Amino acid sequence: MTVTFFWIFGVIAMGSGLLCITRKSPVASALWLVVTLFALAAMYVLLDAQFIAVLQVLVYAGAIMVLFLFVIMLLNLGRPGPTDIKGPMGVGIAAVLGGTLLLQLRVLGNAAPPAAIQLPEGTMAAVQQQGMIAAVAGPLFGAYLIPFEITSLLLLAAIVGAVVLAKRRL
Amino acid sequence: MLLGPALAISAVLFTLGVAGVLLRRNAIVIFMCVELMLNAVNLTFIALAQRLGVGGQVFVFFVMAVAAAEAAVGLAIILAVYRHKPTVNLQDISLLKG
Repeated sequence: MTVTFFWIFGVIAMGSGLLCITRKSPVASALWLVVTLFALAAMYVLLDAQFIAVLQVLVYAGAIMVLFLFVIMLLNLGRPGPTDIKGPMGVGIAAVLGGTLLLQLRVLGNAAPPAAIQLPEGTMAAVQQQGMIAAVAGPLFGAYLIPFEITSLLLLAAIVGAVVLAKRRL
Repeated sequence: MLLGPALAISAVLFTLGVAGVLLRRNAIVIFMCVELMLNAVNLTFIALAQRLGVGGQVFVFFVMAVAAAEAAVGLAIILAVYRHKPTVNLQDISLLKG
């Protein structure tokens, strides 16, 4: 049952991803990408990552995609115009390189993490009992505290950088 | 048991992102394709976190923070370029080409 649902959402994600890269209008591309992000959030729930799924909807679909749509509207790119998709040559190159990459990534199909580093059976169920947010917050504010603080510095730098770049004259 | 399907879907999504970057000329759409690639990698992290511990989910958290910063700065750069030359088509932005 879970596997069926997982594949349904996976097919939705892949289909809307394909539509995202082939639609002519940037607005349509952005909206199909939002569908992909929602399907990915559903898949995260099925993979026992409820907290990340909520973050995916809030941060990705909510904040980042609104930023993209905002810039598209600001630059007035929503109106119909000439397509930006490359000609047959570009399509051929993209298909060949994409196919090669997919062929190489096929090794993932029979990859399995070594048994020595796998969690014992039922660990995830025990973690679920404790609550997923507590399970993520533990390492986030423990072992990964320094990276977490550096992330705040990164975001500060991004804010300052965006303001400096977007301002006409300081 | 979901590891195999998750890795397969993630591989396809990553490939779609790469193909999109190669296929499009619109800078904003190319940015969206980069986000698609980041999401494909996030799916791999989450799928492996189910087997190897929640460290993978913490990593996805960091990837999201970096993606947000990247989107903000990247779109600001696109805006700045647009003000200099009103286009987002990467073929028309070739000032450094000599």
